[in-house]
Amino acid sequence: MLGKDLLGLYNVSAEDITLILDTAVGMKKLLTQNLKKLPHLQGRTVTTLFYENSTRTRCSFELAAKYLGAGTVNISASSSSVQKGETLIDTGYTLDAMKNDVIVIRHPMGGAPHILARHVKASIVNGGDGMNEHPTQALLDFFTMREKFGTLKGLKVAILGDIKHSRVAKSNLFGLSKLGAEVVMYAPATLMPQGIDRLGAKVAKSRAEALAGANVVMGLRIQLERQQGGLFPTLSEYNKYYGVNEDLLRLADKDCIVMHPGPVNRGVELTSEVIDAGNSKITEQVLNGVAVRMAVLFLLVKNRQGGEKNE
Amino acid sequence: MNKLLIKNGTVVFPDTTKKCDILIEGGKIKKISEEIAAEGCDVLDAAGLHVFPGLIDMHVHLREPGYEYKEDIASGSAAAVRGGFTQVCCMPNTNPVCDNAAVVGYIVSRGKAVNLTKVHPIGAITVGERGEQLAEIGKMKDAGAVAVSDDGKPVSDARMMRLAMEYASDFGMLCLSHCEDKSLVDGGVVNEGYHSTLAGLKGIPRAAEEVMIAREIVLAETLGKRVHICHVSTKGGVQMLREAKARGVKVTAETCPHYFTLTDEIILSYDTNSKVNPPVREEEDVAAIIEGLRDGTLDCIVTDHAPHHRDEKNVEYNLAAFGISGIETSFSLSYTNLVKTGKLTLNQLVQCMSTAPANILNLEGGSLIEGQVADIMVADLNEKYRIDSKDFVSKGKNTPFEGMEVYGRIKFTLVDGDIKYRD
Repeated sequence: MLGKDLLGLYNVSAEDITLILDTAVGMKKLLTQNLKKLPHLQGRTVTTLFYENSTRTRCSFELAAKYLGAGTVNISASSSSVQKGETLIDTGYTLDAMKNDVIVIRHPMGGAPHILARHVKASIVNGGDGMNEHPTQALLDFFTMREKFGTLKGLKVAILGDIKHSRVAKSNLFGLSKLGAEVVMYAPATLMPQGIDRLGAKVAKSRAEALAGANVVMGLRIQLERQQGGLFPTLSEYNKYYGVNEDLLRLADKDCIVMHPGPVNRGVELTSEVIDAGNSKITEQVLNGVAVRMAVLFLLVKNRQGGEKNE
Repeated sequence: MNKLLIKNGTVVFPDTTKKCDILIEGGKIKKISEEIAAEGCDVLDAAGLHVFPGLIDMHVHLREPGYEYKEDIASGSAAAVRGGFTQVCCMPNTNPVCDNAAVVGYIVSRGKAVNLTKVHPIGAITVGERGEQLAEIGKMKDAGAVAVSDDGKPVSDARMMRLAMEYASDFGMLCLSHCEDKSLVDGGVVNEGYHSTLAGLKGIPRAAEEVMIAREIVLAETLGKRVHICHVSTKGGVQMLREAKARGVKVTAETCPHYFTLTDEIILSYDTNSKVNPPVREEEDVAAIIEGLRDGTLDCIVTDHAPHHRDEKNVEYNLAAFGISGIETSFSLSYTNLVKTGKLTLNQLVQCMSTAPANILNLEGGSLIEGQVADIMVADLNEKYRIDSKDFVSKGKNTPFEGMEVYGRIKFTLVDGDIKYRD
């Protein structure tokens, strides 16, 4: 069973992933009925602790907690005592002392949630840590795929973009492998991490190979600083040789869906035509994100020793 | 105490091991013989114990002056003798940097005042370890420095390294090169490979170390000068060194216990005590390091003892300081992982941990010979224990070996015939 924390999908079983997705189905049903004052987490506190800028993830967690009746606190590193030099662990002790039940952390460095989790009683949810994992993003991706295809078993998922720096790619890879989907990746060699094949991904030699017959085409954000860091020459060259346009998308399965964790760089990793096409699930992903995060928060709190509060 | 007899011990020489008694007088080894009568002397009963030449660690960080909150010469010296080390050579990345005779002299005098292990400063190659201008190598030698190094900060400019090798050789001083191409390191914190990808931590490619090893070999070869490569961690590094030595290049090299004991799988827990530079590598590197020690490609084992304050490790992995507090675990780890496993003989271990460093830096000691200084370590090789950082006398408790079961406990450490440590 799911433990105290959700730090990544590498150590979460297929059964637990399925439980989260199943729970999220019910949550989405409630959401679509516009029921946003639910009792599930009444009397609980969820804090978002973000050391990196984020709009959708932070907002998604906050709304998920609020819809379930929890009290929420948002801390961003720029406005907190972090700027005064407080360490991550000391911040954790402080939040713990205030009886938080769940801390959602986003951090630019891999492993930060794991270090925090070792020092606090509150449940830790990894909202993205450096190049490591972003489990709830991957879960909402699975949810979106399952809605469309019914199952993930046997799906071909093509992931294109900056794999090397992508926590989304890794969480997707870990979960999809467990759920029986095939993950094919394509990126410039400078944006492909070592050993990703040993972790279960198939590394394609071309865009065409990656896209051929794919059921899901997932683009990853290309950050401008990667270009500034010299990892590829220009955004236009990137788009020409590594981006996905309408023509290339025809190589994928005719029923394929297009996904992207956002925010999208139009005309870089995906062209606007691809982003706005009928098979694009990019906006649906956002709604599903709230449902999945409601499920995660609910299950973690329920699992806390007999549902006890942090007291 | 005037005369001391170490009786009934098994004495480990660089080439053989046999039961001998050792008589010490006036700080020197007076006599080594199978049976020496205990007349008019104190006796140290070493029955069941092994007697070694005092260990020599030619690569430690004692942090004084400037970083006494991490370690100082008193605590570092106490840790050294607890680890069986009778001589240590301390790196110059202090504050101020040990790049002049005054700081060298300060360290020498502090070492003598503490009077536990023998402390030999290593001077900086360049002023401030900035890689721009040669430090006063001659004056530092006269003040007591035994070698030069910009350890912690590589000399990135090839011309500067060339000049250093040439100039230092005029004074018989050896350059110890910390091989690291910073452009390839590029902010990495662990070995680049499968585990760095799995952990989501930025990797340091082996090439970062190997391109500079290659440069030093080429420089030493073309100049006909000596160079010593610090803390070798990769298979490729060992291969290049083996080939260079076969060609007659005057290169020597060291490695550390963590490079033959750990693989980078350890980073998956994000325990910052595993963060060290160069990083611990993979299975095939570990095998190559051990083979390098076995066939003599790697001359010696050093600790790169790098004590840090807990606050510097109790942070995110990326933010944690690089380094392992290793001087109190080096012998046990080396004995357990190299000798117990049959990969090295006890005699080879003595060469790596005492004889070779003495030869490379032209220090006294290094083997037990009549007339030599009585720098001696006595260990119980059968005693098994668990490494516990709470037992460390070093201020640095930063060890990735916490809880590891090892063999070989240091029982006595003698410097110039005086017992400086007793278990």
